[in-house]
Amino acid sequence: MRTILPLAITFVTGMIMVLNFFVPHRPFNSMGNSLSDWYMIVASAAIFLGAMNLLQVHFARIRHRARNWQYSPVAIGGFLLMLTAGLVTGVEEGRAFDFMFQNMVVPMGATMFSLLAFFVASAAFRAFRSSNWRATLLLVSAFVVMLGRVPIGDLLWRLVPGAASGAHPSLVTEIAEWIMQVPNMAGQRAVMIGAALGVVATSLRMIFGVERSYLGGAD
Amino acid sequence: MRLFGLLALALAAGPAAQPAGPPGTGPVAYGQAAADSMPSPPPAPSVTGLAARDVRDDAGGAIELSWELVPGVTADSLLVSRSADGGTWETVAFLPGAEVVFTDEGLEDGVEYSYTVTSLLGGAASQPAGPVSAVPSAQWLHSKRTGMLIILVLLSGVIFWFIDQGRKGRKLYIREIAGLSAVDDAVGRATEMGRSVLYIPGIMGMDDIQTIASMIILGRVAGKTAEYGADLQVPVCNSVVMSVGQEIVKEAYLAAGRPDSYRRDNVFYLTDDQFGYAAGVDGIMVRQRPAAIFMLGTFYAESLILAETGKSVGAIQIAGTAMPSQLPFFIAACDYTLIGEELFAASAYLSREPKLLGSLKGQDAAKLIIMLVIVVGVLAASIGTWWAPAASLADFLRRILHVE
Repeated sequence: MRTILPLAITFVTGMIMVLNFFVPHRPFNSMGNSLSDWYMIVASAAIFLGAMNLLQVHFARIRHRARNWQYSPVAIGGFLLMLTAGLVTGVEEGRAFDFMFQNMVVPMGATMFSLLAFFVASAAFRAFRSSNWRATLLLVSAFVVMLGRVPIGDLLWRLVPGAASGAHPSLVTEIAEWIMQVPNMAGQRAVMIGAALGVVATSLRMIFGVERSYLGGAD
Repeated sequence: MRLFGLLALALAAGPAAQPAGPPGTGPVAYGQAAADSMPSPPPAPSVTGLAARDVRDDAGGAIELSWELVPGVTADSLLVSRSADGGTWETVAFLPGAEVVFTDEGLEDGVEYSYTVTSLLGGAASQPAGPVSAVPSAQWLHSKRTGMLIILVLLSGVIFWFIDQGRKGRKLYIREIAGLSAVDDAVGRATEMGRSVLYIPGIMGMDDIQTIASMIILGRVAGKTAEYGADLQVPVCNSVVMSVGQEIVKEAYLAAGRPDSYRRDNVFYLTDDQFGYAAGVDGIMVRQRPAAIFMLGTFYAESLILAETGKSVGAIQIAGTAMPSQLPFFIAACDYTLIGEELFAASAYLSREPKLLGSLKGQDAAKLIIMLVIVVGVLAASIGTWWAPAASLADFLRRILHVE
């Protein structure tokens, strides 16, 4: 029963979602939406589990004086402060919760996001410095694409005698667009087709009980 | 026609079942205006070509009306009237004068409904366009997804055939996936260094197939950490993923015969906020300096932030996602990257179970079929520019592969 019940639930719910996609007739048209609604209800209820886990983990760290426990009071304090502000004053615009969200959470998120610029630079440097022909090809492609995305690319091209009056006055932009739309798009579609097949295979394995590792490998 | 016009006007003037129209264009005003101008003939309708049809590929109970606007004539409003099985007429909608389509919902399947559309022009009601009739019905198969269903059945057949071959013990060759072959090394390295293994299952919930695939791989990785005695840390940004992850890791430790080593708090919730999560995981990386980091699942802009921080602490990193826009970042910053389908192949590859390997082989065979279809489609479309049968073949492939 420990194995059969989860497998049966997986099979029934999986088949409902498949039928929901192909059969517009009642009751299949609404069953998929009902399951999605159930998931949303479960997920909403599970938020409390997450909050409880957060408190439990950090209180345990403080209690046991675990390594780096000093960060835990900050995490708990921040959580309780936002929770209290939301419960007491509400979450409408101009209230304490909204003030803290707009002036603390949003800037901190933006700060993390802005780090991406530096990380892109370091990752690009590492990718381009590899001394093989593929890295060189990548470097040249990236250089042309970046040049084609800014006005100075075509401006430089038009300095070439006859380029401005020729058939391709915006050659750099055209090459950049071709790289993005042809080789890049082909690669992306290959990844997506492969992934779609992987999704089908994984779904079939789970719906028909071939994949059972999530049950602890029980047969 | 005249009779329908009078009916529509009478109904428009009635107080019952009248949806609210724009200010000053209410049905009473128009009905009164029309009554005042009875001696002069009503103006011609502003719509033409009124057609009614059952809404296709739905659960029934809906009819779609469509019409065209008469050039140069724009009504203030359009009044849609309905009669069921030749019974009394009722107004079902007031629409803006430029509207060209209306879907009437909440109808009874199998009943014939007739419709007219009356234009309201400068305070007068026109002759109604119509009537036109249709019978709503529900469909059992989505006509625009039939091709998809055929393809799915074919692909499933191929995959199941190979699963059966695997079950029967046929030797199946599966190409080596370097990132998955390195899982043992990564966990072993963490064990030898006395550091933890950090597993990041992406930032989406359990309704995302990549997260599901990631959870399956987590079970395999947890089995290895249980076997080797390494410390496993799984920070998550979704409460449902946390619950599922805890159960999967627990099952893996039980299956490995090490239930005593399982600690529930090793799968813990950080935050639902994308960059808050990235900051939290970065902090864990910098403070704990894990020896091995797995990033498997759905990632967005945080992918490079996590991967570069992991790189900076010297961890061996195995990443995998089916997000094409994030793959270059992982390839640049991680030691191994599972690209698209490899993420979904991981569980089968790691388990080496014949049935699961059979499904992988079936996946490859299905991919070969799709590649052939693409090649045939490209050739047919190219040759079809001067040879009609090839164009027909290209159209057929396009139609069968198009999914709504």
